[in-house]
Amino acid sequence: MARAVTTQRKALNTAVAWTVGLLIFFPILWTVLTSFKTEAEAIANPPVILFFDWTLENYGVVQERSNYMRFLWNSVIIAGGSTLLGVLIAVPAAWSMAFVPSKRTKDILLWMLSTKMLPAVGVLYPIYLLCIQLGVLDNRVALVVILMLINLPIIVWMLYTYFREIPGEILEAARMDGAGLKEELLYVLTPMAVPGIASTILLNFILAWNEAFWTLNLTSVDAAPLTAFIASYSSPEGLFFAKLSAASTMAIAPILILGWFSQKQLVRGLTFGAVK
Amino acid sequence: MGRITLDKVRKSFGEVEVIPPLDLTIEDGEFVVFVGPSGCGKSTLLRLIAGLEDVSGGEIRIDGQDATMVPPAKRGLAMVFQSYALYPHMSVRKNIAFPLRMAKMDAAEQERRVKAAADVLNLTDYLDRRPGQLSGGQRQRVAIGRAIVREPAAFLFDEPLSNLDAALRVGMRLEISELHKRLKTTMIYVTHDQVEAMTMADKIVVLRAGHIEQVGSPLELYRNPRNVFVAGFIGSPKMNLVDGPIAASHDAATIGIRPEHIRVSDEAGDWLGKVGVSEHLGSDTFFHVTCEGISEPLTVRVGGEVDLRYGDKVWLSPDPDHLHRFDDKGLRIA
Amino acid sequence: MAPAVFLLLVWMLVPLCMTLWFSLRDYRPLRGGDLGFVGLENFARFVSSSSFWPAVLTTVLIVGGVLLVSIIFGVLLAMLLDQPMWGQGIVRILVIAPFFVMPTVSALVWKNMFMDPTNGVFAHIWRAFGADPVVWLTDVPILSLILIISWQWLPFATLILLTAFQSLDSEQLEAAEMDGANPLARFFFIALPHLSRAITIVILIQTIFLLAVFAEIFVTTGGAFGTRTLTYLIYQRVLESQNVGLGSAGGVYAIILANIVALFLMRIVGKNLDR
Repeated sequence: MARAVTTQRKALNTAVAWTVGLLIFFPILWTVLTSFKTEAEAIANPPVILFFDWTLENYGVVQERSNYMRFLWNSVIIAGGSTLLGVLIAVPAAWSMAFVPSKRTKDILLWMLSTKMLPAVGVLYPIYLLCIQLGVLDNRVALVVILMLINLPIIVWMLYTYFREIPGEILEAARMDGAGLKEELLYVLTPMAVPGIASTILLNFILAWNEAFWTLNLTSVDAAPLTAFIASYSSPEGLFFAKLSAASTMAIAPILILGWFSQKQLVRGLTFGAVK
Repeated sequence: MGRITLDKVRKSFGEVEVIPPLDLTIEDGEFVVFVGPSGCGKSTLLRLIAGLEDVSGGEIRIDGQDATMVPPAKRGLAMVFQSYALYPHMSVRKNIAFPLRMAKMDAAEQERRVKAAADVLNLTDYLDRRPGQLSGGQRQRVAIGRAIVREPAAFLFDEPLSNLDAALRVGMRLEISELHKRLKTTMIYVTHDQVEAMTMADKIVVLRAGHIEQVGSPLELYRNPRNVFVAGFIGSPKMNLVDGPIAASHDAATIGIRPEHIRVSDEAGDWLGKVGVSEHLGSDTFFHVTCEGISEPLTVRVGGEVDLRYGDKVWLSPDPDHLHRFDDKGLRIA
Repeated sequence: MAPAVFLLLVWMLVPLCMTLWFSLRDYRPLRGGDLGFVGLENFARFVSSSSFWPAVLTTVLIVGGVLLVSIIFGVLLAMLLDQPMWGQGIVRILVIAPFFVMPTVSALVWKNMFMDPTNGVFAHIWRAFGADPVVWLTDVPILSLILIISWQWLPFATLILLTAFQSLDSEQLEAAEMDGANPLARFFFIALPHLSRAITIVILIQTIFLLAVFAEIFVTTGGAFGTRTLTYLIYQRVLESQNVGLGSAGGVYAIILANIVALFLMRIVGKNLDR
């Protein structure tokens, strides 16, 4: 039984929590607000918070100057492609681990996870060299494959935990009800697995979108995604806060929205099921 | 029709033999309960009949036809699982219709049967809900509904009430019995609860370690347990079992006497004891009495009006007509 | 299962063997390429170079600092978010949001809009109190990086600890209350032990990711002002100065280090798998 709490206590909790929450969120909020200011307002002292001339000018400038859409498109292709490819490869693997486990299943799973722990910098040069040799440096397909491989252990793992939650009795019930293998897959297993697969896709899309080691080191122009686009702002150039904010807002907005949907999956996916 | 015969059916998992060769006949229309402590093989036996496990030897016949190698869906049996095993993504209607859909029955007939089943089970108002929106008892009914629409030769129940709370369990027990009276279809019911077995069964099969200890009607088992195990397992509170010199004086290794077959007196009797804890049910009272020369306290059942207090001295006398005697192998002495 | 296993095996083994191979050779693509087998010399030189120990120190400071901040504040935040309040869901979203910001964005936003000594928000605040603005990334570079990286990882720690908190049976706390434990004792004797597993997991997972922190340094200081971590040092050796042999030896060290942490993590995960 949860105990009833006095209204005063609840109000105090609310006040403290909202203050802390807004403080943590402030950099994001500030970035979004600044993106609508003029460059002069962006550095005004004291800072203007809400009462300024809202303008969309910065977004236009950013697009014009660096062709934002191309970077966005690269991000979509790389994050989306690597996630989908990963799921395609992982579904059969996770499936057989969950429903036809063998004595080695556990070891294989743990080994897969351990490959995720391999520090990227340790294999940076070999991968770099291989990309040069194969002529795929700054190539979207190469990044799709590399990010897929990086996230494959997490994808397999998440799918495995979701599949394992489908109770065996349901499959037996379907068999008693006269479902053959085909019907079992079509009417019972797939509909039950879809939410898990969707969550897996969501979280891995986010992880791939934000990946910033390989995308920075293996791209220059053609395949560069948003991570690299933002990094190009790292050398200051006169008044650029508002433009930087606009560029940042565009880079994080889609993923912030997706991220809010994936809070639960985040715990499951990133702790490998060790915290529930 | 639903006459099920097991002929030397055997099951082992690897090296471990969970069910040694076993013979059993279940007559058409009978309500048979498999009962025993956990791990006695009762669920495995049910799953062998269902076809969810393959037998390691022997033959299963349904209505005289060899069904040993027939896949589960083709045996004409329906099963209600412990976890209900409802399809969470389908509405109640679709859950109940699923076996009919698998049998490619035409839509009108499907609808008619689902309606009829929902009517019997009071589910008509819930047909468009998902299982997640139902209470435990309602889910149980959906699982039963999914079983009855198939009009099977027999129903198999695997501990169907163990996930329900006590009050609901009593209600569902009556509903299932009622259903059996109405459908007159063979039902095989697995439980570890001897009260469920006693109240519902036409025939009880007591299992221990894969062996059948005794088969018979509830009262037969209650009155004439074939061995010490059945004597101790059937009946609540449990039969008092006494061994040592007192048993020897009755020419037995162990004697058993049910709580209601002990006479209580404050003046004279066979055994002198001291009253311990008493449990008042209102109609009846159970006394736990420690007697000289008997290691375990005896449970005695008397009418609710008898007034004895903790520490009182009493004389107990077993009713000789209801005294059960067992030999050193635990078997009943006739 | 086979294709996934095969792919991962190739993905792991090929580069790993190449790194091992390079680490045993004097390989400098810009100065004549492969200059032959040198045994373990690269390993010795990597450790004895003047930048090694400072890099170790920087790594320890950053990883340790971020862990400290995210665990302590993570526990406090998780406790706060577990209290009854209005708009809990929204506060949760606000707190978690930084985790979804891409590393290059958060590093640049902090570097420019907050830590900039003339126009940053911090500079405004400092001036408002009549103090001289701090030149964050030059004067206290490691502290600045800890701040930035903690901001990114605090949500992760909070979310996991909150999940663990919510699985704590409130009856346990009430039992402790009946047994005469005051709030502080309840926290230290009941809540904290309950969280210990989650805390261990946060520490292990974050350590693995924090050891590999790259983008945040890349776009803020570029490794200057003593912010060169081991990872960054290896990156510079390999790609900037193109001393592949030396860098690969560093890479081997990094792999060994990460594997030690991973070993502990895998043991916890493996135990969990059996249940």
